[in-house]
Amino acid sequence: MDSAGIIVAFWLLSAIAVGSAVGVFLARNLIHAVVLLVLSFVATAGLFVTLSADFIAAAQVLIYAGAIPVLMVFAVMLTPLAGRDNGNSLYVVPGVLLGGAFAVIVAIVAIDAEWGAAGAATLAGQSFETTADAIGDALLGRYVLAFEVASVLLLAALIGAIVLVREDEPA
Amino acid sequence: MSALRMGRRLPRRTVPRALMALGALVAIGFVAVNVAIGYVVIDGRLDGQWYDVRDLGIGVQELREWLDDRNAQQPGILDFLGQHWISYAVTALLGATGILSIVGGALLILIWVERRLIGRMQIRRGPNRVGPYGLLQPIADAVKLIQKEVLMPRGADKVLFFLPPALIFIPMIVAWGPIPWGAQMAYLDVHVGILFLIAVSSLTTLAIFMAGWSSNNHYALLGAMRTIAMMISYEIPLSIALLSVVLLSGSMQLSTIVEWQSTHNVWLAALLPLAMFTYFFSSTAELNRTPNDIAEAESEIVAGFHTEYSGMKFGLFYAVELGNALFVAALTATLFLGGWSLFGLEEWIPGYLILGAKISAAYFLLVWLRGTLPRFRLDQLMKFAWQFLIPLSLLNLLIVAVEASVFARWEVKGIVSLGLFAIVNWAAAIILVREWARRMGYRPEREAVRQPILTQGVGGLQAARRLGAPEMGTQV
Repeated sequence: MDSAGIIVAFWLLSAIAVGSAVGVFLARNLIHAVVLLVLSFVATAGLFVTLSADFIAAAQVLIYAGAIPVLMVFAVMLTPLAGRDNGNSLYVVPGVLLGGAFAVIVAIVAIDAEWGAAGAATLAGQSFETTADAIGDALLGRYVLAFEVASVLLLAALIGAIVLVREDEPA
Repeated sequence: MSALRMGRRLPRRTVPRALMALGALVAIGFVAVNVAIGYVVIDGRLDGQWYDVRDLGIGVQELREWLDDRNAQQPGILDFLGQHWISYAVTALLGATGILSIVGGALLILIWVERRLIGRMQIRRGPNRVGPYGLLQPIADAVKLIQKEVLMPRGADKVLFFLPPALIFIPMIVAWGPIPWGAQMAYLDVHVGILFLIAVSSLTTLAIFMAGWSSNNHYALLGAMRTIAMMISYEIPLSIALLSVVLLSGSMQLSTIVEWQSTHNVWLAALLPLAMFTYFFSSTAELNRTPNDIAEAESEIVAGFHTEYSGMKFGLFYAVELGNALFVAALTATLFLGGWSLFGLEEWIPGYLILGAKISAAYFLLVWLRGTLPRFRLDQLMKFAWQFLIPLSLLNLLIVAVEASVFARWEVKGIVSLGLFAIVNWAAAIILVREWARRMGYRPEREAVRQPILTQGVGGLQAARRLGAPEMGTQV
């Protein structure tokens, strides 16, 4: 974190991420909100790049900037009352409460965490060449059970979605 | 036409003498330079020096070491300034300029090449008026497009209408980063190269949707919806096909994959025929080219998502389409056709020329497909993805996974194991395709008559009607 370029990139990307996230709930237009959300996700992926986490950055772009918005766009297009207006929401109060609670938790963790524990001295010995290898080893080695459970869950969700929307074939 | 039919040659169009002389000079110079390189290489005098044009990456490396030499004994220029980032900035700018000029130049020529080739395939001439052999046609087109007014439809969403032509350009250029043009000639040689490419190319979807949605036009929105449906369907077999490449070569880094093919003296096309077919076909769907161009089928929905774009904004969409096609050709050449290596020939000829030749071959295949095949219907296309490509590529992935683990443990010469894998994979591909086509193939007489999936109201898929919405067919 000593190079000037990294610091500039960090503040620029953070500003974009936070600014567009603010824009998401200020935008009156749902599609505008989706586009701003994507911008926020891409900026977060940029933050991962500055941390040398290339696998997570690519996965972030692929899933959050490539796939999730398509899902949202379909939801907006297929929901009859969504229309083009993001004006009135029934869930303003619970939403604000939940968001506030989440912000408090993140703040407590951020203040409480001992950031010096993984300082420069610890990081200097580590090699950041290939995060993909390390992640693959961890996922299919130590955490293989969680990985398999997650994949079964996703398969169940997929089949469930197909069953829900399936029409009976006309005889 | 009559001259063609009678077998006589048409009178040749006159080419200016000066231009012919210039072309001859360039050709002679090119040959002379290559002979000189060959001589020096054979002589063994040139190996990794900065003037070794077989690998321009060496020159860039030398430049950076000259500028900034923190580790060696001899300090570079920037050591006195203390600004080490300048050397990175210089190399980044060099690489970016290289990619931009290669892709930009290729785009200009490709328009002409594609139109001429398709003209030949359809027994006509193609553009041949502007300049010698019509070579200046793309420039004339570009000038015309820039002069035209850019219209904005009434009721269009101004911001979202403005953004897509620029947004869609970014993934097309960025995706060229990891392609290795030689031993050290990848601009952005990330370790997760293939994942990076899939991620970057998935960003196109949103730009296309923005273009279609903001146009305030039924055809544009229909085209956008079709594109999205097609892209999310075909991204699955495409990713699985690329995954089998990763499994066998054991890396997601493009340069490592090329090196793997080079050390084992084999093209992955010979080992993974089904994966290559799946990748190539799926990418024609992602590219909106025939046989999969339903997203902009002229006879059905005018021009799809870019119906309302005019002037240079339309030009940008057109350029991105061609650039993406060229990129697919480049990725096919890199992953399946050995990239910049050619069985030892890359020692003599610059790798970027070999890769360029392979890209041209793969691109020619794309043009050929476009000039030959008719268009699929929307439901046939979807069915092809979900009922044919995805199951087959999953089965293929299973076979390749077994082979990869055998390859890692079995200690025989590469030619034995890889030869065996090639035979098994080709047999499996032929049997799978044949049997699948026989049992699950398209048979109109067996299909029950079905209601059309899309109703008139855009976005009014049947799911919306079933949710109890008011009649979508009458709304806009």
